[in-house]
Amino acid sequence: MQLVLDGFTKRFGDTAVVDGLDLTVADGEMIALLGPSGCGKSTTLFAIAGLHRVDGGRILFGDRDVANVSAQARNVGIVFQNYALYPHMTVAQNIGFPLRVRRESTKEIDRKVRAMAALVRIDELLDRRPVQLSGGQQQRVALARALVREPDVLLLDEPLANLDAKLRMDMRSEIRRVQLETGITAILVTHDQVEAMSMCDRIALMKSGRIVQVSGPAAMYDDPADRYVASFLGNPSIAFLNAAAGEEMRLAGGQSLGPAGRLAGKGALELGVRPEHFGPGKGPKLTGKVVMMETHGREDLFEIEIAGGGQLRSILPAGSGTRLGDAVEWGVAVDRIFAFSLDGARI
Amino acid sequence: MQTRHSRSWPMIAALAALSAPLVIMYVYQVVDTVTTSAPGSIIPNGITLQHWRFLFGPITTGGPSIWTLAGNTLVFASVTALLVTAVSLTAAYALSRLQMPGRGLFLGGLIVLHAFPTLTLIVAVFLILQYMGLYDTMTGVILVKVAFELPFGIWIMKGFYDSVPWEIEMAGVTDGASRFTVWRLLVLPLVQPGLAALLIFSFLSGWSEFILPLVLAPANAPQVLATYLASIIADDRVADYSLFKAVSIFYALPVLAIYVIFQNKLMNIYGGGTKG
Repeated sequence: MQLVLDGFTKRFGDTAVVDGLDLTVADGEMIALLGPSGCGKSTTLFAIAGLHRVDGGRILFGDRDVANVSAQARNVGIVFQNYALYPHMTVAQNIGFPLRVRRESTKEIDRKVRAMAALVRIDELLDRRPVQLSGGQQQRVALARALVREPDVLLLDEPLANLDAKLRMDMRSEIRRVQLETGITAILVTHDQVEAMSMCDRIALMKSGRIVQVSGPAAMYDDPADRYVASFLGNPSIAFLNAAAGEEMRLAGGQSLGPAGRLAGKGALELGVRPEHFGPGKGPKLTGKVVMMETHGREDLFEIEIAGGGQLRSILPAGSGTRLGDAVEWGVAVDRIFAFSLDGARI
Repeated sequence: MQTRHSRSWPMIAALAALSAPLVIMYVYQVVDTVTTSAPGSIIPNGITLQHWRFLFGPITTGGPSIWTLAGNTLVFASVTALLVTAVSLTAAYALSRLQMPGRGLFLGGLIVLHAFPTLTLIVAVFLILQYMGLYDTMTGVILVKVAFELPFGIWIMKGFYDSVPWEIEMAGVTDGASRFTVWRLLVLPLVQPGLAALLIFSFLSGWSEFILPLVLAPANAPQVLATYLASIIADDRVADYSLFKAVSIFYALPVLAIYVIFQNKLMNIYGGGTKG
């Protein structure tokens, strides 16, 4: 079901946490609300679920405006960061609770619970209690409970934050698989760009109660709307250099990147260079010194102090032979770097 | 292990020496009820069940039967416990979870009342009961006792409610359950340890209550065991310390039994409510 937020506003006291937010989530799409903590993404999610009162705007499930509909009558499924399983109930009772509340027959509940347990692959665990389950299993139970009532929208609030690294990767693809199999419209709230990029069709990047950019993961990575978006996506993250564009693109430290091209005459600006776009043989050369090196196994990450001032990161396949303290002269893929005005807008 | 034992025995000896007077007194408490001894002697010189005669009939003609008193005390303690628990259970939920006007004031008042020497209100309470026509009735005493116990009960239960994660209720509500259903099916089971402990504590508190029945329901005859016990030594016609000790044991046995049976549940009240 298509979900539309139209001018959604939420205040706590006099502070508008979210102010006039517009977002359309297509039927069957999974979208990420990505942003740092306190940006209003969870507030938005809870308002969609009906747990927060809406202070302005509309929330449309299909054609139905649910902004003033109680949480009970909204038909959303929600998975919380701490799973919020009911500790005194078995797994089967947990999953069946939404159906029990709707007074469905025991037989019907049992059938649906089994089908849902099979979908999230916890058939063996139906008689256990939540404390007897691992984090990943609890996560699956929470997902099953959210989906068993066939909700219009599935809401996921930082669902992977409490899992260890390995399990997080598994559950990432598991949640995505279940979402695709059920074809449900889903919203994932997360502060982790990797989660957002790997699980979702589109990402809505938020900053202090506003959406800064909405696009597909690759598009957002390759074509950020502003400095904030560019710095939020990418790991290791992008590095910025102060520069001035006259005829030539000249770094604040004095080195030149060649003709400024379309940016000619723009004056003082900032260049964003992703680590994969700085390295041996990429383009116009900069001299510098390796001041930090991290081994990541398949790749090595370097930090280069650019002669004259500024730092860049570079990621190279392992075995490049470069060591800490080496003087290097590496190229910048100038056609792949971003330019930002000093107030952060993309130019 | 060996060294730990050898190091702890002086401590045990010191504690034993300190506790000895108490232990001896408890021993005599029991021994005296089934023996006779010459005046001034501490060595028993005969065995008797005479001191337990109160079990088979009033000790003074026309006096109350112990079983009636025990029944009264049981009713008093049970009704008190049920009322305190029922009110605490709902009031504490409201204070813990609901946005309502005057909530802060209410919470503050609760803390003050919790620490307040409520007995100093006895004159006012007396006047109110008199005015309501509840003076010298069991109902009146129960109401006052419940009122005095409530700050403690509400405070304890609020602690248990506070430890239930908000997300449990949020999940319940999005699962389609009403706030009341969420409370009944999801929250109540999680505060059940507190509920059990509060029930037992307020029962014990009611069982041992002495001042309130004494002052507010004096009648011409004692109505509960505590006041009856006091009347035995106060009455110089039957000043009989062995009888007093026997009745004391009769009075204390249910308390001991409850502690033994429910000790695990009682410990919960200090845990402040553990999850799951």
